[in-house]
Amino acid sequence: MIKVYKRPLNKEEIEREWFATLTENRNGAFVSFTGIIKEEHKIEGLSFDIHEPMLKKWFNVWDSYTKDNNSKLFMAHSKGDVMLGEISFMCAVASPKRRFALETMDTLVEDFKANAPIWKYDLKNGERAFALARSHKIDGSGLLA
Amino acid sequence: MVQVEFLGPIGLKPIEADVANLKELSQLLKKKKEVKAWLENCAVAVNDEITKDIEKELKSGDKVTLLPPVCGG
Repeated sequence: MIKVYKRPLNKEEIEREWFATLTENRNGAFVSFTGIIKEEHKIEGLSFDIHEPMLKKWFNVWDSYTKDNNSKLFMAHSKGDVMLGEISFMCAVASPKRRFALETMDTLVEDFKANAPIWKYDLKNGERAFALARSHKIDGSGLLA
Repeated sequence: MVQVEFLGPIGLKPIEADVANLKELSQLLKKKKEVKAWLENCAVAVNDEITKDIEKELKSGDKVTLLPPVCGG
């Protein structure tokens, strides 16, 4: 499942919701990743735009892959402003296989940073500035140039 | 007509374009100063599917989306 929140993420609440769906006792591993807004470039926080239909398409590819491996994928992301120390991104893989969960999480988070349709802005001095230098061109960019 | 959307930081309203394929759209967008600078950095989706095919045909009602560099997390 994937869910977009219009606020910072509440780790305990979201993980409780995810765990509640694990009704079969077959998952020996639950690997999670939490993204926290860190202090850098003198920012006060970050702000996110998300294109939700394309994010869901991106997610569905990974969701099918994890299902094909008898595993389950969970993801949550904030849109709008998230301040220093708050959580903007959570992801988890529940699986009967520890190695599958660990390896999938590693590859998936990198693919997420490189290709998921989310745009990040620095919040600094009351302004919202696109963080171009820390963003990644999606594979195939420049087609119309 | 094809609808063209500019996502995230591009910050432009959608436009309608009378074009038959992505090559024609490219020629049209290069003439728009506020869009031209973004083209090198943008991926392209047709009806929410990323494409790498500049010859891709477009039909009336299709939606083309320009996606600037991303950074979720």
